Order: sequence, then C-alpha cells, then structure tokens
Amino acid sequence: MVLDRQTQIELFTTMLTIRRFEERVASEFYAGNIIGFIHSYIGQEAIATGVCKHFTTKDRIVSHHRGHGHCIAKGADMKRMMAEIHGRKTGYCKGKGGSMHIADFSIGMLGADGIVAAGLPIATGAALAAKLEDEGNVAAVFFGDGACQEGEFHEALNLAGIWKLPLLFVCENNHYGVNTAASYSLAAGDITRMPEAYHIPNRVVHGNDVEAVYEAAGEAIGRLRRGEGPYFLECETYRWHKHFLSNALEDLRPREELDAWAKRCPVMAYEAKLLKQGALTRADTERIDGEILDRVEQAYQFALDSPYPAPEDALEDVYSS
Amino acid sequence: MRTITYDQAANEAIQEEFRRDPRTVHLSTDLAADLQEEFGAERIRVTPIAENSFVGAAIGLAGSGFRTVANVRMATFGFVAMDQFINHAAKITYMFGGQARFPILYRMTVGAGISGAAEHSVSPYPMYMNAPGLKIILPATPYDVKGLLKTALRDNNPVISFEHVGLGGMMGEVPEEEYFVPFGEAIVRREGADVTVVALAKMVHEALAAAEELAGEGISVEVVDPRTLVPLDIDAIRASVRKTGRLVVVDEACQTCGAAAEIVALVTSDPATFTALQAAPARVCGLDVPIPFSPPMEQFAVPDRAKIVSAVRELVASGPRV
Repeated sequence: MVLDRQTQIELFTTMLTIRRFEERVASEFYAGNIIGFIHSYIGQEAIATGVCKHFTTKDRIVSHHRGHGHCIAKGADMKRMMAEIHGRKTGYCKGKGGSMHIADFSIGMLGADGIVAAGLPIATGAALAAKLEDEGNVAAVFFGDGACQEGEFHEALNLAGIWKLPLLFVCENNHYGVNTAASYSLAAGDITRMPEAYHIPNRVVHGNDVEAVYEAAGEAIGRLRRGEGPYFLECETYRWHKHFLSNALEDLRPREELDAWAKRCPVMAYEAKLLKQGALTRADTERIDGEILDRVEQAYQFALDSPYPAPEDALEDVYSS
Repeated sequence: MRTITYDQAANEAIQEEFRRDPRTVHLSTDLAADLQEEFGAERIRVTPIAENSFVGAAIGLAGSGFRTVANVRMATFGFVAMDQFINHAAKITYMFGGQARFPILYRMTVGAGISGAAEHSVSPYPMYMNAPGLKIILPATPYDVKGLLKTALRDNNPVISFEHVGLGGMMGEVPEEEYFVPFGEAIVRREGADVTVVALAKMVHEALAAAEELAGEGISVEVVDPRTLVPLDIDAIRASVRKTGRLVVVDEACQTCGAAAEIVALVTSDPATFTALQAAPARVCGLDVPIPFSPPMEQFAVPDRAKIVSAVRELVASGPRV
C-alpha cells in the first residue's frame, strides 16, 4: 500500500511534534524547571501516531504512564498539556494530575494512568460503551511489555474476548520494565502467545516504522468497526530515555542496544524516506520543524505565564456535582 | 402500605432507574435473571470471575457516558479489585481535574453471622472511607435500601453500597410511589433522653432491641442510624449527643481505625458537644480478630443486643459528670 502524500505529511508532522514536545520537556526537566515523574515517549512516537491517525474524537483511547505521545496523537492541546506538566491551573487537570494523568475526555482521550496494566480494564468499559452505542466507534488501549505481566492484562483480554469488544490492544514492547528485561519476566516468551490463548487475532509489527504501524492498525481497526471483536497489535520499539527522567535512576540496559535502536529512529527514518520519495523536500521538513518548534515554544510560554492553583483548590473536584 | 424484602426493594430501585435511563449497564458475576429478562443481555451482563476487570470496566463505561451498576457480591471479593477501587474509582474524578463524571454504583454484601469464616464475613467500609472520592452508603432497612440506591443511581460519583448479608430477607414497608433517601441525612430510629446509640447497618436492629430492653429498666435510649458514612451527617449525631450527654457507637467492623472511631472523634472534637458529655464515649465493635467459623466464637466476635445493653448500662451507671 502506498500512502497518499497528505497522510504521509500528517504522520511525519505528528511524530515530529511528539519528538519536539518531549525534547523540550526533557531539557526543562534537567534544567530543574519541571518536577515529578516524567516518562519520556521519545523513540516510540510511531506507535501512537500510526494508531491514532485512524481515530475520530468519538473513538476512545486509554493510555499509560508514558502518555504524552498518545495525547498529542489524539489531538490534545499542547498548551494545556505543558501547563499540566508544570502544575498550573490552566492545565488539563488544573494541576491535580501532572504528567502521568493527562486526559481530555472531549476528544476521547480517557487518560494516562500511572498503574501498569490498570488502563486495560478501564478500556474494556470504553469498548463496551462503543459496542452499546453501535455507531461503529472503537476503543484502544496502549500498554507496554511490563503490563503483560499483570493480572489485569489477562482479565481484560479474557473479557474483551468473550464479549467480542471493539477494543484494539496496542502493546508497545520496548523490551524493558524499568531495567528488567521482558525476556526474563515473560514465561510465554513471545507476547502474542498470550492474545493467541484468548483467541484474539494478533500481529507483530516494527513499531518504529510509522507506515507499518498505520497499515496494521488500519486493518485491525477496520475489523473492530465491522464488529469482529478485539485485536492485539504488538509494536516492537525501544525507549531512548531512562524509565523516567532522573539524575538518580540508573539505566542498566546495554549501551549497544540503545545505540542500535537509535539508528532506527522512527522520526529520522521516516523523514529520510519521504525525502527520498520526493514527498517532501528539505525545505518542507525545515518549515514543518520550525512551525512545530514555534508551537512547542508557545505551549511552554503558556505554561510559564499561567498561574499556579491556589492551595485551597486542593479541596475541589474530589466529587462531581 | 405493602411489605417487601430488602433484596426486592433494592432490585426495584435498579429496575426503576434502568427503565428511566437506557444508558445503564449492570455487571455481575452471577446472572441477574429478572433484570436480564426485562433489559436484555446487552445491558445486563454476566462477567467472568475477574473483579478488577469489571470494577475497572465500570470506570471506562462511566468515562464514556454510561452509568453502571457493578455487583461485587461479597465484600471479600472487593479486595481483589482494590487497584481499580482505590487507585482509580476513588481518584479519577479528582486527578483529571473534574473534567468528567463517573456515575457508578458498586454493591457488595458485608457482615458476619452466616458461618462464612474469616474471608466471607468482612465489613471493610472503614477502609474505603479512607479513600476520598468514594461515597459510602449503609442501608439498614428495605425502605432505605431502595431510597438510597435510587439516590445513588442519580449521583454522578462512584458510590459503594455495603449491604449486610443478614438483611437481604428482612421484610419492611416500602411505598409503591417513587421516593428517594438523600445522602448525608441520618435518621433517629428511636427517640430517647439518656444515651445516644449510633448504630450501623444490621446493628441498627440490635440497638433497637437493646433500647427496648433498657426501656424496661428505666433507661431511655436514642438510636441514630447515619445511613450514609460518606457523606456523614455528623450534625445530627452531635445534636443527639448534646441532648443525651452520652454516646455509644455500635459497628460490626473491627474496632481499630473504624467508622466508630471516626464518629467518636468527630463528636469529641466539637467543643459544644464535648462539654455536653456526661461520660466518655464507648464503642461496641467487632473484635480485632478475623471472624472465626465456629458459632460460639463468631457470636463472641461481633456486637449484639446483649453487648449493647451492657455497654449502655455501664455508661449510665458511671453517673453524671460532676
């Protein structure tokens, strides 16, 4: 399948937007301007981009602790994201959530989630809602190889399997839970043996190839929209940063592994492909990059210009009215 | 007025609200046959025995605009789903800045008295009281269970209804016409002048029996049923204590860090109520042991009429404070 040029440009732009946003977040973190737990999505941009390109705001997604990329790919406002990461009142969660809990229900982004695998049961509910609404909408849940070790993962696969829910399981296999290799933690070996056991159709794709992800997700989501039940997409990838941004946390992964994966950068590889195809010129990519950097800068300034919440705002939103 | 059981009254609340609102879903590990017959298998679903999955699914449904009733059955199974209850249901409204509503009714049974042994005889609502974001109701009569569940099914927050296993077959008057019992409104089940007994769930009935017995001895007991623990009508409890000058709190849950401890603290920390006290407040609670199986030990471990009677007698015998 050859993608049309407009789709290619949009995929490239979304990936580069995530990259530039995350680079800025990392640089501000290490400059001491951001606190808390920041799980960088750099290296995995092609997955959120390739999957979410198929979605409207009526399709609902649930993300995990490394959620900035899913927010951007689903269409979230970077200003409100950056404000949330900075703990400002103008953030998506009014400063109550921070990096790990960004959500935008108005666009079908049901939230990042700091508990590994906990998003999967929640996503089964979103998928059941889509099934009951019967308008062809679907749900997707993003999670890592670490989540495949949790009981909630298996409960959710089983539930989606017996109820034939329109739920796309997107496993972002970056091969490590913090510093522990998935090859050690998973008795099943290949992750897809697990959806196989639940009779859920599945496929492994190169998660750094945005067009491969886009095509595989498109086929899977087509099945979901036709009411054929859940699908499991394993995307092989690698995170470039430590588990979370930190001067203290050690990174025990082999250096040569990171170097090898860095050569398979999803953003650079796609840029090279589009330049070679002639879909974009160097001037195009520089212009796109410049526009993205401007938007990231505006988001950052918006965060800095925004007020902190008042201390007593902590008492609001415990309950809905 | 007609008389029906506690369980029938609870079911009526769900039926009425499911007729009114088509965006409602019922999840339970056991088939709710009468509900499924009326509302169909799409909305009335049997789940696998996987509590985290359906307790969590209720959250995803809520975030997608559906109201869910998730019946966990016995509270001991609720522990299996503590990740979804505590990390998610309780916090999700707050940590997303109030941008979405999560209308969910979780139901589970509590209590001892059925020789269920340690795992199946728990009363863990105090643990959930420690997780801000959940509303907690404790219906003690057929009238209240219907009215409180009706209110829960119009509330836009996760509500947990803890229903004592010994009350399901209890008969009581329930009006045919629609009514609601609001959250945060205690009810004085019996008026009295000498001692306030605040009792929870099934202990309401034990306290009423104790009050009747004590009346024969000339001791006038006021029985207050908070009905909901979150929100808690502490004003009504304090008002009663200011009137009687004495407080006994009765709860089947273990005494340590329980609802009874919180009620005593909220009473004694209020200066006007504290100065009205004639004696130190007393608690009659479940012993701090897992509930044993064998009936003599099980009965020993939880409060009953006789234990309430002796606690009240002791309090009254201590005389007025000089």
